[in-house]
Order: sequence, then C-alpha cells, then structure tokens
Amino acid sequence: MAIWVDTNTRVVVQGLTGKEGQFHAARCREYGTKVVAGVTPGKGGQEVDGVPVFNTVAQARAATACNASLIFVPPLLAADAILEAADAGVELIVCITEGIPARDEVLVKRSLAGKPTRLIGPNCPGIISPGKAKLGIMPAHIHREGTVGVVSRSGTLTYEAVDQLTKLGLGQSTCIGIGGDPVPGTNFVDVLAAFKDDPQTEAVVMIGEIGGSAEEEAAAWVQAHLAKPVVAFIAGQTAPPGRRMGHAGAIIAGGKGTAKEKMDALSAAGIHVVASPADIGLTMARVLGRA
Amino acid sequence: MKVHEYQAKEILARFGVAIPRGRVITRAEEARGAAEEYGGKVVVKAQVHAGGRGKAGGVKLAKSPEEAVEAASQILGMTLVSKQTGPEGRLVRKALVEEALDIDREFYLGVVLDRSVGLPVMMASRFGGMEIEEVAAEHPDAILKEHFDPVTGMAAFQCRKLGFALGLQGETFKQFTRFVAALARAYNDTDASLAEINPLLITAKGDVLALDAKMNFDDNALSRHPDIAAMRDLDEEDPFEVEASRYDLNYIKLDGSIGCMVNGAGLAMATMDIIKLHGGSPANFLDVGGGASQERVEQAFRILLSDPAVKGVLINIFGGIVRCDMLAAGVVAAAKKVGLAIPLVVRLEGTNVEEGKRILAESGLALESADTMADAAAKVVAAAQ
Repeated sequence: MAIWVDTNTRVVVQGLTGKEGQFHAARCREYGTKVVAGVTPGKGGQEVDGVPVFNTVAQARAATACNASLIFVPPLLAADAILEAADAGVELIVCITEGIPARDEVLVKRSLAGKPTRLIGPNCPGIISPGKAKLGIMPAHIHREGTVGVVSRSGTLTYEAVDQLTKLGLGQSTCIGIGGDPVPGTNFVDVLAAFKDDPQTEAVVMIGEIGGSAEEEAAAWVQAHLAKPVVAFIAGQTAPPGRRMGHAGAIIAGGKGTAKEKMDALSAAGIHVVASPADIGLTMARVLGRA
Repeated sequence: MKVHEYQAKEILARFGVAIPRGRVITRAEEARGAAEEYGGKVVVKAQVHAGGRGKAGGVKLAKSPEEAVEAASQILGMTLVSKQTGPEGRLVRKALVEEALDIDREFYLGVVLDRSVGLPVMMASRFGGMEIEEVAAEHPDAILKEHFDPVTGMAAFQCRKLGFALGLQGETFKQFTRFVAALARAYNDTDASLAEINPLLITAKGDVLALDAKMNFDDNALSRHPDIAAMRDLDEEDPFEVEASRYDLNYIKLDGSIGCMVNGAGLAMATMDIIKLHGGSPANFLDVGGGASQERVEQAFRILLSDPAVKGVLINIFGGIVRCDMLAAGVVAAAKKVGLAIPLVVRLEGTNVEEGKRILAESGLALESADTMADAAAKVVAAAQ
C-alpha cells in the first residue's frame, strides 16, 4: 500500500530543463519512478534524457497522463507553477523549491482549497515510498521498504532518522517531508490520517520543530484518532526566541511555538517523545518490540 | 527583515495610514528646527530595532525647542539597554522627533500571518501600549480577530466590526475604519510578516494616528521590494551574522562555546539540542546548505573562528546526494586553509562514509572523527572543556 505515491505514479517535472530539475529527475528515474514528462515554458518539443518537455502542464497531462508533479522552479515563479499543475488536474504536487514568499503560499492555499489536488511542501525534500516511487531529493539508498511511516518538517534531519531506522532493520512505508515554511500545503494531521488508513503502516515517526502550532494540532488528532504508536522528536529545544532558525517557519514568536510546549502536548497525547535526535530509531525499535 | 519605527511609518503613510508629523535626526541640534515647526512640544524617540525603549530612557517628551535639543543630546549616542536588546544594549545613532499629541485613548492594532489558518489576521485590543502577548495571557477575550483574504483585503464590514467592538463613534469611527483598511493593504502589498501599531492613538480631538509602528518583512519577498530592502540597517545586526549573510550562510550567533556547522536547518537545530543534552552549549546555529561545498565550509570556518567564545567545533553533515568523500576533502582543505587551532570533531554520515572517514584520518589534521550524533556531541563537549 504505502500512501500517495506508488508504482502507478506518473510524474511531470516542472523545471526539468534546469540543473536541479534534470539532476534530481534522473535520480528519481534510477529509483524506478515513472518520470513521463517535463514542463518548461518555451522549451516544448525538447527532450531531457529522453523525457519529452512540454510548454504547459495541460499539454503534458494530455499527452502522458501524468498524475503527479515535482516542482523545481525558482521561488518567485513557484506559486504559479503550483497553480498551473492544479489547473491541469494533477492530483499530487510536490514542491521542492525553497524561498517562496509567504504571501504566495497563502494565495496558493486559498486557491487549492476545495480542489482535489494535494500539495506537499514547499521547501521540502519530497516523498518516497521505498521500493515503489521517489518524488524528491532524498538519498534513496538509505531507505528500506517496511512498516514505519515518517513525516517531518525537515530535510537532512529526516534522512538522519530514516538512516537510524534502516540500520536497526526497520523499513519505511512512506517518508514525507512536509517542509519548513509557515504555510505548508500538507500538514502533519493530513499525513497522520493517511497513515492511519494505510495497512502497510504499523507505526509513525514524526519530526517537528519550533514555530507554529502544527505539532500541537497533530497531538490532539493523534489522541482522538490514532491507535498506531508514534515516536516524535522536536528540533530547536535550544533555539532562542524571535529568531528564524534557517527554515522560514522555524521561529518562536511572541513566546509561542517553543519546543517544550510541543513536546509536552505530544507527551500528553501518549506519543513517545525523545529528547535526543540520536534516540529516534532505538525508541521506535523498543516501541515495536524489536530492540 | 526589520526596519526602524521612522521607516515603518514612512511605508505606512504611503498606504494612507495616518501618522504624526515627524523628522529623523542624527545630530541633537536638528531637534530645534523640528520642534519649532511642530509648535514647540515634541517627543524624541531613539531609533533602534528593539522594543522597550520608553522604560530604557529612549523616549523623552520636550516642551520647547531647547528641551528638544537637550532630550536629543541625551538620546543620540546613548547605549540603550532594554529587555529586547540584551545586556550589551544598542548604540542609538538616529532619533525621531515627532509632534506631541494630546492623548484620549490608546488601542492596539496589528497584522500577522495566522499559520494555523493560513491567512493574515488583523488583531485589535483596547489595551494599547501593552505587549499583545501579555494581553493574550491576561485578557484573552480582549483581543478581537478578523482573518482576511490577501486578495480582497479587510472588507469594510470587518473594519466596522472592530470599530464598533472598540466603542468608537462618529468621525473617529470613520477614521479608524479607514486606518484598519490601510494597514491591511500596507501589510499585504509590502509582503510584511508583521505590521503593528502599538499604541494606536485617539487624540483629544478624536483623530486616529499611529503613535508607534513596527514592521517586519518576509526575507523571501525582499527582491520584489527593492525600496524596502534598501532600508536594511546593518548597524542593528550582529556583525558575524552580517558577514555570514554575504556568503548566503544561515548563521545565528548564540552565547555558548561550541561552534556548529551542519547541513540542513532541522539537523542544525537538532545538533544544537544534542550538544546541550551532553552538557555543552552551542555557540551558534549554522546551516551550510545541502551541498556543503569546500568554499562554503571554508567561509563557515572563518565566521565560526572569528567568535572568540568558540572553544571547539562540531561538524555534522549528512551526505545524501553529495558524497561523504567529497565533503571530507572539502572540510580538510578548508581546515588547512584557515589554520584551525582548536579541537574539531567531524561526524559524517551517508554515501561513501568509509572513504570520507579515511580522508579525515589521513589528513594530518588534529581532528576527531565520530560515528553518531551522540558520539560527536560527547566528543566535542569533552574536547572543549
């Protein structure tokens, strides 16, 4: 099973002709992902590594039946790229681009509300269902197919957690980076709800960070709806208030959004919260009785 | 990005937000002309990127041009220490001289992005002059909130709702609703992340004005607003952070003794956390980016080592797409080039990690290699003692 991406996923890469797009599209194909089209306005008719490039997503969809988009376009053009993919009817959009203005993200969220399109990101590593498909920039080889779902606001910290799991013999069902921006297209709760309904997923690793209240909302949801065990880590326990820690969304504002508040809320919801990022894998192994 | 009060008011005025008459000065004598023009009675306000100026002696009322010069001479050149500046304080280089107005009432009005809803929210409260966080804690029911769509802005009825809830009437009510709509426009059209009027002043005559104003802007959108980007005041920023920003490095100075260099913001925060869990204290947050090329590592080293508080350095890099052997070669070359003289612990993980560790071991540098994050934290904390 896994969630949202599998062997039926047919990917259009927006920004395929750029350096990043070309490089990562090739890595996704190596993993076995069906990359069927690229889109770069004005470069329709070209090919990149044998993949046809179209001027518009609508043309790409008509010609290739692509059902997911992977976006690598520059930050000030990315919101438009998301809207174009949604307009063409693409069901899943994964936006890797970092540095999109928050106002653009607000407008995108407003525009996608009520539509069947799901947006993952922006400013995220993407999504991988090990053994099935990879839409993103994560190193594929650290993943193993298995039963732990992973959801995170981070990139390399997610790789760290996945690496710990894999080395302990714990494979993953699907790993999703929801991104480090203030207005993500997909939130923890969306992913947790999908993991709940996924028979392959037996347990969940959730990696949050300071800023906003998405972790608290996730805690409340888990308490009310999720029987599967969850192990959580919150980055930024030592972060000073009022400073943006790299990610646009990682900021303690007005005394709210601290790691402590989040860890307390998660613990109160029965989630296994680890203080050290080195303990994520081991704790999951213990929770699953495999340590 | 932050701007000064006078710059925020200048921007707000362009959108029709009412502000008092005022002038920015850098020499005390300039206060005289301003005071004469505004009828003698003025307020002189220190311009620094920090709140709590009033309690710190950075805001003074003057009843004559002579008093204005005296007040300005006390404020200009002072080191202002408030809750928000930290104990070292901020040197005051500029002051704003504004007409003094007769106060009837003071309110709070502010716009931020409500992340849980995904929309900007206009907040108003009758507790003007109080920090909104304090109001939220002490009088949560006193904060009025109206979310608005960035496309349509604050609708007229939403502005009226706030005006009626604050008990305003007549001409004051009309001025207030225009003020609210203008503030929403200013927030939206400038890609602000905060637009706060605290206090919003109702004068004895019933006029509505921004007595104080604070605006922060979304760094990701500054390229769309070159006029606002030009308002950046490097004097108000940490010199190490200014240097780091020149090389596109994400660096935040902290007060500990262990310098950290990490790829990725989440992993960088987690690295700080694990240093603390092992009894150490991080000297900084530093994200060298996914690639962590030799050049970036080299610049990052220079910045870390220019902080005299740093007694040891921890490099924690998860090589995903970028191979560990390349990263190791870059770290070794950079460390040699900057002549590293304090303990260095390197933790590499990911693709080609064994080859990476061999390069570190054979480098001839006095560095320690670590296998896991916990191992790395323990080693660097011990080495920096």
